[in-house]
Order: sequence, then structure tokens, then C-alpha cells
Amino acid sequence: MQDVILKVDGITKTFPGVKALDNVSFDIRPGEVHALVGENGAGKSTLMKVLAGLHQPDGGEIVYLGEPTNVSNPLDARQKGILLIHQELSLSPELSVAENIYLGAWPTNRFGVLRKKELRRNASAALEALGCGFGPDVRVGTLSVAMQQMVEIARAEAFRANVVIFDEPTASLTDAEKEQLFHTIRGLQARGVGIVYISHKMDEIFDITDRITVLRDGQVQGTIDTADTDLNNVTRMMIGRTLDAYFVKAKAEFGAEVLRVENLTKTGLFREVSFSVREGEVLGLYGLVGAGRSEVVETVFGVRRADAGKVYWKGGDIGLPTPRQSIDMGMALVPESRKEQGLVLMMGGRENTSLPHLSMFSELSVMNKSKELAAFEKYRSALSIKTTGPDQAVSQLSGGNQQKFVLAKWLCADPKLIILDEPTRGIDVGSKSAIHELIAHLAEQGLAVVVISSEMPEVLGVSHRVLAMSEGAVVAEFGGAQMTEENLIDAVSHHRGPMVAE
Amino acid sequence: MSHATETLPPASLGKALSWLLRNHIWVFLGLTVLVFSFASPYFLTVNNLGNILTQGAFIGILAIGMTMVMIDGEIDLSVGAILALASALAIGLQDVVGVWPAVILGLLSGTALGFVNGTLVALSGMHSFIVTLGALIGIRGLVFVYTGENALMVQDFTYTEIPEIYLGPISLTAMLFFVLALFFQWILSSTRHGRETYAVGDNIEAAHDAGINVKRHKIVNFTICGTLAAVCGILLSMRLGTAEPNAGRIWELWTIIAVVLGGTRLQGGFGSMWMTVGGVLTLAVLRNGLRLLNTPNYVELMVMGVVLVLALVLDKLLNHRKVT
Amino acid sequence: MGQLIKNVLRRHGLLLAFLVFLAVVAVNAEAFLTPGNILDVLRQVSITGMMALGVTFVVLTGRLDLSVGSLLTLLTVIVVDQHNISGPFPAIVMTLLAGAAIGAFNGLLIGFVGLNALIVTLAMLSFLQGLVLFYSGGSNVNVQNAQDTWFAVFGRGSFLGLPVPVLLFLSGAIVAGLVLAFTTFGRRIYAVGGNETASIFSGINAPWTVFWTYVVSGLTTAIAAVIMGSRVMGAQNTIGQGYELTVLAGVILGGTSLLGGSGSIWRTVIGISMLGFIQNGLLLLGYPYYVQWLVTWAVIIIAVWIDLGAKRGRIFA
Repeated sequence: MQDVILKVDGITKTFPGVKALDNVSFDIRPGEVHALVGENGAGKSTLMKVLAGLHQPDGGEIVYLGEPTNVSNPLDARQKGILLIHQELSLSPELSVAENIYLGAWPTNRFGVLRKKELRRNASAALEALGCGFGPDVRVGTLSVAMQQMVEIARAEAFRANVVIFDEPTASLTDAEKEQLFHTIRGLQARGVGIVYISHKMDEIFDITDRITVLRDGQVQGTIDTADTDLNNVTRMMIGRTLDAYFVKAKAEFGAEVLRVENLTKTGLFREVSFSVREGEVLGLYGLVGAGRSEVVETVFGVRRADAGKVYWKGGDIGLPTPRQSIDMGMALVPESRKEQGLVLMMGGRENTSLPHLSMFSELSVMNKSKELAAFEKYRSALSIKTTGPDQAVSQLSGGNQQKFVLAKWLCADPKLIILDEPTRGIDVGSKSAIHELIAHLAEQGLAVVVISSEMPEVLGVSHRVLAMSEGAVVAEFGGAQMTEENLIDAVSHHRGPMVAE
Repeated sequence: MSHATETLPPASLGKALSWLLRNHIWVFLGLTVLVFSFASPYFLTVNNLGNILTQGAFIGILAIGMTMVMIDGEIDLSVGAILALASALAIGLQDVVGVWPAVILGLLSGTALGFVNGTLVALSGMHSFIVTLGALIGIRGLVFVYTGENALMVQDFTYTEIPEIYLGPISLTAMLFFVLALFFQWILSSTRHGRETYAVGDNIEAAHDAGINVKRHKIVNFTICGTLAAVCGILLSMRLGTAEPNAGRIWELWTIIAVVLGGTRLQGGFGSMWMTVGGVLTLAVLRNGLRLLNTPNYVELMVMGVVLVLALVLDKLLNHRKVT
Repeated sequence: MGQLIKNVLRRHGLLLAFLVFLAVVAVNAEAFLTPGNILDVLRQVSITGMMALGVTFVVLTGRLDLSVGSLLTLLTVIVVDQHNISGPFPAIVMTLLAGAAIGAFNGLLIGFVGLNALIVTLAMLSFLQGLVLFYSGGSNVNVQNAQDTWFAVFGRGSFLGLPVPVLLFLSGAIVAGLVLAFTTFGRRIYAVGGNETASIFSGINAPWTVFWTYVVSGLTTAIAAVIMGSRVMGAQNTIGQGYELTVLAGVILGGTSLLGGSGSIWRTVIGISMLGFIQNGLLLLGYPYYVQWLVTWAVIIIAVWIDLGAKRGRIFA
């Protein structure tokens, strides 16, 4: 009997410009649930991708069952007994439960004909061991998300996994389903499986895990027994820096109200969300992934439709606007995913900058290229964007420079309100602080600013006021001295708000 | 139906509804049969039904291969041209190598061209629409080069008697269609390759991560599609006794129509041979019924267009409901 | 040096191969590169070229239009028939309106209802074939006063020594090219094709943009039908059959991506002209017309493959 199933020893992984994992070491014992926590970008997901064979490490080694092991791809990992259960499930909806459990590794005779009885029998055994309430012949497409997750977990039984990695497993589960999942996890634990549990939700971490490893900026901050620690301690390890040194906050001089949202509701996503923001004010919107923050601002902006609620612009009821109307009024949205929602990647900086305001950059529908170039040059130097020229495809730029073009395309029309959804996700430190300075600068010029972030230091550092969102509802509002990390974590992780109405 | 979904349906109704979602083509087929039975006294005769099956079988055999490719999320536009080439070779080579060797060479030509299509798609990363669009044009060129623009006539007329075997009213061609459909349904449902087809079509990256050799897999399905197109071409040459260089022109479109009508999705990951058989029969019934009613043939073409769009709208509505 | 040659071959390999082809044909067939023959080629490609202009708009949004061949047939029948009934001017107006209307219907289903473009335009192809037979009653139509109608100018006339169809095609190309390159409409098309989600987040009405590209496609096909009707002075029920594929082949050959967002009018003009010169050159060398189809196959595959390779190089370099 070994006391360690899997040991990660000094793993390093570098992506262009970022050291995602820096000499990371930790181990997993049989029968333990080991939490991996850290802020977004701390390296959790990279680490688990290395374990599951999706990334190859640049340095260090993985010692599995006492031997140095190279995990070359996900199938290899699965066959070795290391199973990753993703946030996005990797199932084929048209195939049956049994076929999905053994996806790509079906028992066949030598002509490639499935041995269906064997498949069913094995799958049934795995499902029974987990206590699933459905049979092996059901089509996966007809199952609920929680049941589909059980199908993935059944792979752990079927492949006799020694290590199971859960990535945010409760993100889309109800409370009852969560209890069922925890029950299943304890079952795996009892059979000596080592479990890695990645989650943002601190109450879950303290509920189910035995040990906690904290990652920050790609480095392990320490591994501690869950029983010997508390929320404050873990939070401190996750953040580990003082705020004021990093962030510039705009002077708190507020003008008239620009935007007010009342009781905005969309079934299944968010309900009765109300807030307002004034000229010169930076409003922070904090919440975990899946809390409904992006959905709310996308609805305000008009790319999504709400079921109910009102939006007031400078005191006037504007109903539920289209994006075009929002833009023309002076609203700007820097969306969450700059590659999918923010930029047309094959276009250059010039064309991306003018895209939301084509009528401003044209006369009688003919584009005025010199106006476009002027705007491009203005923001290239104002935001110090590194690009070879106005027509270099933005796909070739770094994340930070891409994000600056997303900002440029909104700033060039002098908006009255700018909403920034995760404005610094995945960009380098230099660009980050440039964007933080810009936020303060814009607010001091009289813009109303809404900043969404899952990074607490950021949201606290730049905002005058912070709303905490959880499970589709605004659960708390903090201002002044109440704006602390402890309060925010407390608000979003202990809150048991009513479930979003289905 | 909307009423049923608003007031939570009981389990049995929900099951019936979900069956309907996946098999609406059979309901539609039933309706068309019903309508034409009332509209024409000749429609519901054994003889006519046998005719429908034979007429439908040609597009049907093409549709089987197309279904395999489409569940993969790909498309094959070259089936009509492959059909023409196989039929030309099967007749043209008879004088040189004898009847059966000619037939086999015709078949192999389809296999080889399907393999070429599949290899180009798998290795180059080009979209199959482009690859097989090129093949559609080029293979038709091959047919013309081989036939020199002339229809090839069969010399030995016993060749045309080969498919004249009937089981009651059902011709050999129709039987072959059903046997092939059954066989490939079995492939889809009971073999590794068939299950891979759904996995690849639904989520190619998950399939790759699960260790499925996606490239080899796609090549196999294109090869199947090409081979079946050749089978269809050879059957056509037996039935007609000639090989027209323009044979099978725009049949690829009819084939796609039949498959999509059945409910298989162009995006891949969803479909079955049952659906395709339903689509093929519906198409055949519509064409036959309209002709029996002596409607001019433009009605057929217009009805096809309308039905196809309706099928698409229906699919969108039903799926929308499934998601919400 | 070797790397340089490799790069040149990769980027311009197709063009080089095409130049070699031109040279080979020119050496073997004296008539090939004479102004007269070149004008002949351009006259031949003017109809597919005109259609390809509109189809380029559609393809740039990442969608397809397979209905243009049938539409060409229908509109040619209409323009010829209406010429006999109501005279040339009303006939042309009607044709343009009919083309725009059918394009608009495609655009409605694809842009606003969000149906699959391939299937919708396939259905339209079938429907229009039926409509042609319905309209014409299955018989061919001919212009009755072919000798003395000014309608002849579109297909047969010439101006300043240049054939009118060529002038129409080239001016159409210039207008289309200018629209795509310099107007807000053009910019919206590239944005929707490049990244539909991002364009919606930028306040662009993507359904509306898609809708108009199909209207344009209908209109250019209508102009092509006027040229066709005028050149043939009649219309058969199959006159445009298969044109949708030739047109698409030309657009793809030019290097416009079927995924949308990348490509241009001049590329389409080059692609369609290359097809024309290949066809003409092979005929001059004494090959039967169908050999061009084989060559087209090879050229499409090689062109797209090279283009993909070049793009990969750019992305990963």
C-alpha cells in the first residue's frame, strides 16, 4: 500500500509570455479529497490539463504509482487510471450511457462489432456501484446535466481510476444534485480513489476536502489540512498581497445618474437584478463564474432579451434596447471574451476600431479612411498599443494589445457609460495596470463605469462600490470600509439564496 | 402539440412526443400515403407500391452513403458523378474484360474515388463541400473522357435481365436498398465504426481525446459513400442497358434532400438509416403520387422545395422546444 | 534561398502555374494571347462572372447560394418572354425585380429565420426549376424580333471596340469591389463573415446584412440573365443548369473562403477568368471541352490546399 498515488514534482509550464506553472509540487493520497484553490489565472486549470495529458509540461515530472510517468494524451491518462471531469462534459448525446462510459474504448470482437452484452454488463456494474438512477441504455442527450456528470464519473468505476479530477463540478447543479454528487465522491473516496477537487466555492471546499493546496501566480503557496485552517487563512494565501499598492482609484466625485436597472429578470439566468451607476463612479460587480454577471450586462446592452425589468438611461425609461440603440445612446460593452465577442480577428486595428460606429466614420455610407486612420493612430499612442500598422490582423497581437483595441473601439465614440466584463483576464501584468489606470482616468473624466471581475483585488481596487452576485441574484452591496475580501467571499460563498426560478 | 408541452405531459405522452421528435418523417410519410390513396385509385395498388420502391431505391442507395458522411458532419457532392462513371465503366469494359469483371471494376472506381475524396478531406483540412464540389466537376469530366460524350450501349442484353428478379412486387434493386439500409443501420448501431460516426460528428475534439482515429474514420465513410454510389450506378446501367454520360446529374441534390428530409442533420452527430429510409420513401411517394395525379412535373419540383424548407423549419422548432 | 523559393511557391504557386499554363498554350496555339481571343474569353466569362460577383457577397458572410443557376434559367426565360409581350424595357425591369425578390426570399429564410443556407438555396433551386417549367409550359422561348431590338446590345453589342457584356461585367466588378472595399455595407459583410458574434456585439444587424447579400446575389443573376437572354435571343429550360457550381468554383478558386470574412471581388474576377482561360486554352489546344472539368478539379483542390497551407504558415509563424 502506497501512501501517495500521484506526486507532481517541480512541474513547470510556460506559454508565450506567461509562466503558467512555476515549479509546482503536490501529491495525492489514496482516499483523500484534495482541494486545488486559487484565483482565476493562478494555474489550476493548466495543472489539471497537464495531469490529464492535454498539455505536456516543460519541466519536472509526474510520479504515478511510484514510477515516473509521461501522460501523453487524455486517452492515455484514462487508461492509466487518471480521469478528468471537465466543466464542459465530453459526452456524445446520441450515444447511450454505456457507450459514453466507454467512449472510444468499446469492447469489440476482432471485426469491430460491439460486444453489447459485455458493454451493458460492465456499464451496469459501474452505474450500480455509483447508485445511479438510470440504466445503461438511455440516450445521454435525454439526461439532465447532473445525470450526465454521473455518466462521466461512472468512467472512474469502469476504468478503475486511481485519481479523479473534478473541475468546478457543482457549477450547474442544484443543491439536491450537489448533495448526491458529494455522496458519490465520498463513495469513491471510501474505495481508495484519490480525488482532486477544484472549486471557487469555499463552503464546498471546507465541506468535502481533506487537504487544500493553494496556487497563486503559478506557484504553490502551501498545502494544509482542511481541519487545521479556516476561510480567512486560505483567502490570505490565495491573495497574499496588499491592494493599495497596485491599484489607482478614481476620485470619488459623482454626477448625475446615467444608468438604472430595475428588477431585470431572465428565467434560468438571473432574477430581479437592480442597480444604478452615476457619472464618475466605478461600480464593481463581483461573483463566481456562472453567477449571471455577464448575462445581466449583456441584457442591459441588448444582445440578450430579458423577460421582465426596466432600464433607465439618464432617468428616462428606454425599455429593452437593441445593441445599436445602446451604442447610439453612449453605452459601451467590453465583452467577456475578446476573441469571440470583442474583435473580428482577421481585421486590423483600424477596422476593428471603427466597427461599432460605422456611420460616424462614413459619409453617405462611404467609409472615410482618413478618419479611421486618425482614430487608430490616436488610440494606438494613447493606449500604447503595439502593432505593426493599421491593417495588421489583430489575431497576431498579444492578449493585452487585443484588449486595448476592444477598448479603443468603444472609446473613440466618447461613451457616457462603459461596461467592462473581465477586462484583464488572461493578459500580462503591464497591460493589466495600464487598463486599471485607464478605468480610473475614464471615471475622473465623468464616465460611468461598470467593472465585472472574478478577481477580488481588482474589483475592490478599482471600484467605489461593489455588488456581490450569486446564483443569478444580487446578494449584497458594499461601499467604503465594508469593501473587504472577507466580506465578498462571505457574501458569495455562504449565501444560500433562493434558486433562480425555472 | 403546443398544448401538450405547456401542461406538463405525462410520461407516456412525453415518450410519444420524443419519439415523434426523432421520427416525424414517418408521420409525414403516413400522411402523404393517406392523401394519395384517396386522391388516386391507382396509388394503393401492389404494382404501384412496388414501382415506388424500385424508383426510390436508386436515390436510396446513394442516400445510405450520404447519411454515413453526414452524421460525420461532412457532405459528398460527387455521388452523382461517381454513379455515372461506374455505370459507364460497367458497360464500356464488358467488351474488354467480360461482364462481371467490368462490374467489379466499376465498383472499384467508386471505392477509389470515395477514398480519394476522404483522403483529401482528412489530410488537407479542406471542407468536404469544396473537395467534393471539385470532384463533382472533375469526375464528370472523367466520364466524358471515357465515353467521348456518347451513351454507351450494352451489347449483351442478358445484362439488363440481371436485376429482373422479383420477390412478389419487390424488385431486386429495392431489396438491395433495404438490405443495405439494414446492414448500415446495423453498422451504425452495433459496430465500433458506427458509434465512432456519432462521436466524431457530434464533438470531434472529444472523439479525438477518446482515442478515435478521426482521419482514418472519415476516409472510411467517404469510401463507403463512393462505393455505394458505384453500386447505384451499376444497378442503373443494368436497368437502362445504357450508360449516359449525363446520368445522375443533380442526383446529389435529390440525395441530400432525401437525407435532410429524413431528419439527419447537416451539422453532424444526429441521424440514422431509419430516418433516411423514411426520407427516401417520402420523396419517392411524393414524386410517384404527383405523377399519378397527372400533375405536370413542375409541381413535383416546387413541392420538393417547399417540403424541404418546411422540414427545416419543423426541425428548428422541434429542437428549439427540446432545448428550452 | 531555398526557403525563399518555397515561400514564393507557396504564396504565388497557383499564379505561377497559371502563367506557365498560359505560356504553354500560347506557344502551341498562336491565337491564344491575341486581343481578339482574350476578349472572347472575357465575353464567355461575363455571365458566370456577373453571377459570381453577387455570390461573393453571400460567401463573404460565410453562407452559400446554390439557387443562382436555376434563378438564371428562370430570369432568362422571363426576360425573353416579357420582351415579346411587353417590350425590352419593362422586361428588364421585371427581371431585375424578380431577381431581387427571390434573393430577398432566400435572405429572409437564411438571415432572419436562421435556416441553413445550403438547404434553403437547394430547396430554392428545386422550386425555381419547377417555376421555370410552370412559366414556360415546358417549351423554349425565343425573342421574336431578334434582328431589330435594342435588347441585343447587352449580349451582342460592342462599345469602343469592347463587347458590351464584358463592359457590363467589368463595371459590375468595379462597383461591387468599391462597395465591398469602401462602404459601410461592405464593412458589415466582412464583419459578419469574420465573426458574427463580435459584429452583433458591435451593434451590427447581422440578419439584415445577410438578407441584403442575397438580394445582391439575386440582382447580379438578373443582370446575367439579361446578358444571357440578349446573347442567345432565347431561353431553354436548362440554360442555367449547373451554373451555380461553376460560379462557386470560380469564387473558391479566387481564394474567397467559404467560412466567410476573407476574400474580395478582384479575387473572384481572377478565379472566374482563370476558369475561362483554362477552358479556352484547352479548346485551342484541341482538347474536347470536358477536359477542362478535369483540370478544374485539380486546380480547385491544389488552390485551396495551398491557400490553407499559406494561412497555417501565417498563423503559426
